[in-house]
Amino acid sequence: MHRDEIPPGTLYLLILKTLGRSGEMHGYEIANSIQRISNDVLQVEEGSLYPALQRMLMKGWVTAKWGTTAGNRRARYYQLTAAGHKQLEVEMSQFERVIGAITRVIEAV
Amino acid sequence: MDWLRELARRLSMLIHRRQFDADLEEEMRLHLELRQQELFQSGMMTDDARAAARRRFGNATYLKEESHFAWGWESLENVAQDVRYGLRVLRKSPGFSAVVVLTIALGIGATTAIFSVVDAALLRPLPYPQPEQLVSIEDDLPGGGARDVGMSEPEWQDLQRSGIFEYVSPAWFDENNLTGSSQPARVRLLIAAPNYFALLGVNPQLGRIFNPEDHSSGLLPEVLISDGMWKRAFGGDPHILDKSVRFDTDLYRIVGVMPAGFDAPGRTAEERNIEVWAATSFYGAPMPDHPPRNRRNLPTAIARLKPGLTITDAQRRVDGLVASLQKEFPGDYPLQSAWTVRLVPLKERVVRNVRQSLILLLGAVGLVLLIACVNVANLLLARASARGREMAVRQALGAARKRLISQLLTESLLLSLFGGIVGLAILFCTKAFLLHLVPDSLPRLNEVSINWVVLLFALLASLVVGAIFGLAPALDAGRVDLTQALKEATRGSTGSGQQARTRRVLVIMEFALSLVLMVAAGLLLRSFWDLLHVRLGFNPESVMTVRTRLPYPNDPKTDIYRTPAQQAPFFREIIRRAGTLPGVVEVALGDTASIPLDESQRYLKRVSDGYFPFTLEGRDTQSDQPALVERSSVTPDYFHLLGIPLLRGRLFNELDDDKVPQVAVVNEAFGQTYWPGQDPLGQRFKSIRAESPWITVVGMIANARTESLAEANVPQIYQAVYQTGAKHLAILLRGHLDTAAIPEEVREQVQAVDSTLPVFGAQTLNATVSAALSERRLSMEMVGLFALTALLLAGLGIYGVISYMVSARTHEIGIRLALGAESRSILRMVLREGLGLAIAGAAVGLVGAVIVSHLMTGLLYGVKPTDPLTFAGVTILLVGVALLACYVPARRAIRVDPLVALRYE
Repeated sequence: MHRDEIPPGTLYLLILKTLGRSGEMHGYEIANSIQRISNDVLQVEEGSLYPALQRMLMKGWVTAKWGTTAGNRRARYYQLTAAGHKQLEVEMSQFERVIGAITRVIEAV
Repeated sequence: MDWLRELARRLSMLIHRRQFDADLEEEMRLHLELRQQELFQSGMMTDDARAAARRRFGNATYLKEESHFAWGWESLENVAQDVRYGLRVLRKSPGFSAVVVLTIALGIGATTAIFSVVDAALLRPLPYPQPEQLVSIEDDLPGGGARDVGMSEPEWQDLQRSGIFEYVSPAWFDENNLTGSSQPARVRLLIAAPNYFALLGVNPQLGRIFNPEDHSSGLLPEVLISDGMWKRAFGGDPHILDKSVRFDTDLYRIVGVMPAGFDAPGRTAEERNIEVWAATSFYGAPMPDHPPRNRRNLPTAIARLKPGLTITDAQRRVDGLVASLQKEFPGDYPLQSAWTVRLVPLKERVVRNVRQSLILLLGAVGLVLLIACVNVANLLLARASARGREMAVRQALGAARKRLISQLLTESLLLSLFGGIVGLAILFCTKAFLLHLVPDSLPRLNEVSINWVVLLFALLASLVVGAIFGLAPALDAGRVDLTQALKEATRGSTGSGQQARTRRVLVIMEFALSLVLMVAAGLLLRSFWDLLHVRLGFNPESVMTVRTRLPYPNDPKTDIYRTPAQQAPFFREIIRRAGTLPGVVEVALGDTASIPLDESQRYLKRVSDGYFPFTLEGRDTQSDQPALVERSSVTPDYFHLLGIPLLRGRLFNELDDDKVPQVAVVNEAFGQTYWPGQDPLGQRFKSIRAESPWITVVGMIANARTESLAEANVPQIYQAVYQTGAKHLAILLRGHLDTAAIPEEVREQVQAVDSTLPVFGAQTLNATVSAALSERRLSMEMVGLFALTALLLAGLGIYGVISYMVSARTHEIGIRLALGAESRSILRMVLREGLGLAIAGAAVGLVGAVIVSHLMTGLLYGVKPTDPLTFAGVTILLVGVALLACYVPARRAIRVDPLVALRYE
């Protein structure tokens, strides 16, 4: 099955949105969730989630705490902060503006 | 505020970064394992599932680094890593590190030592509140060629009332006799206006200052004393206040004790180490009730500007005041004299005399430091070629060029910082000893300290030094040609051509800098030598001077030494008694001005009338500016005792006393200056003071350098002490004197005549002459020492480069020898290499030396700044040292055994 690379710059948006929808998640769940919801179209290089998560931690969009998985393994769970929610809105409106513009350009006769 | 929180998160990451790395590791491992498990369950083989999971995850090491970098600390971590690695490298070659650290330590230590003196004397403001408002007021009469002639009491009042100044205070440095304690003592006294301490803004440690508004006539009956005097003469008595002391037979109440370390802002050490302060408004007995305008008896004055006024503004207003006074009193200020009043920052007055010497010293020591740097750079380069392989391998393994350079720079900076720390440590340990070496004549010596400015200087110097000597090897390493280096490394490194070029340039620089320093030292040495060997015109051998002083009671009626006639019996008795002392052959008496070359009394002479304004008979006083001349009062034997020959006329005799018209002996220069082409004998002149008598020239003596070592023709006049009288006395003795016993013997004799007189200042005339050279001697010795160090370093530098060249070319030399080259031609080849470097360095250095020598013209005597002998001599010396330094490796080159050399690789 063919998988598309995600457009550059949207990784933050995908992570923010995923976390915003489902509360707490660890890295593997985030990667799976993005794939599943996009019907396996969007393929994230899974490891690149982690540098992105570090940057988001630094910026204070997410917090992390250790917990246990259903399989009783130790995992780090990420959760959106208030700043993260705000950032999600910012990224969303930015994305929609860009997509809208691109759509208009494409559909223009 | 967001950035603050972000910074806090970053810092917490920095502190917990071990934990952070472990967490990241664990979470990535979990991810891989979960993925692997999922793939396995979907039917993959274990190994395939692991491989697929890894593929989907990406480069884990790279991602871990990326996550780490996300926090932005990698540069800091790199530095920490460089420092750790650098320390390890330095520890591994302790000998090399020790040599470098010690070289730098000496350089930084010496530079910082000189800087701490420059900082205290030149950079720091004077230790008084709002020091920028403090000025020194200097009156010039450029028409008569006179500078800083002092002011009169009415002029002081004019300045006080001008509204330009908060306070103006004359400062009259004088001596005084302290009696009443066990032994009469001479004390250094400053007579100032009552506002003096308020003007400076200082307070005593005990008691109070003078009331600045007290304008009563005469001297106030109170004094302040210095901390030193309090402890010495009064044993630090805590109940000293309100006690009475007797100065010059008058009683004064002690109202305050100044704190330790308080120095008066004076030009010489004598003027700064004041022991007693007295105050007066400069009118009323013992001074005249209405002092005339043209009697400039207030030798100096200091002032505090009104707040907010700059010196430039104040100067403009003073100029206006001067112009209007000249209009108002044309009789007192003839236009030709061109009276002007200059405001000079007070600090300038204190440090003016030493500025040039200090800057010269700082420059010299800075050059030495620079040369030391270049030497260390050379050492590092040599080592870098030994480490060429390490660098090449690291680069081949992917180390970024930038990281390698920063690694090498870190090593250099570590070396220089250690050097700086060791240098400072040496300085701390030897501080007391070094301060001992500095002559007392240096102003603000007690302010010299290793404060934070000095520490900052040392730190900056270390960093700059490290950057300078680290840059060459670091850049060199950055240019490594990988393949070449790796190939070379396998067959014994010879260093790149680029590196050899860098090292040559460094040696050339070193020679150039050394030459500059040596030319400076050479010129100073020649100046000093010339001064040491000038024909003095008098004979200082086996002469001693001892000083005493007659009191000036405030009430002249109680003065038993008021007139020359009253003093004469005392003079004669002293001469008679001193003549009986063991070893004494000749005795003469004079005032302070008669002591040849006595620098310490330079400014005191003015007070005791050594500075003599006069007019010549037959010249119009209105059109002719009164001239100033140095005058001494002496007894008849003075000239014979000092060996100054009479050229014409006669010397004084015992009949020249106050009952006959005054006579004078002048020197040749005086005759030539004031009566050119005429016979000075029989000519008359007089002081410009009212009612002063005419003085007839009766004799002319040869010129002698009693006034200044550097100038041969200073006009001088001498008068008979029995006619003029004198209170600041010098007893001159010639003979086979026991210099240790004389002071006590003379004291006994003087006090047998008058037990209240202090006897002090015993010194051989040779010591006085040599003291006149002390500042020059110090700067010459220091610059000379620095120059020798520079020469040594430059020699070592060229030795290093040439021996390196020889060892790198052992192979080639071996082949040459095997093919039948004569050892002489090999020797010539090596020496030519060294000579080329030395000559190139000398050529560059000569240009620098010409510039520097012109800047130091003011410090030279008798030699031109472009003195060819010095320049040629120094160049030859430097080239000679270079050849010598090359000769050792050259000998090694011709002893190369062709067999060994060829088998070497």
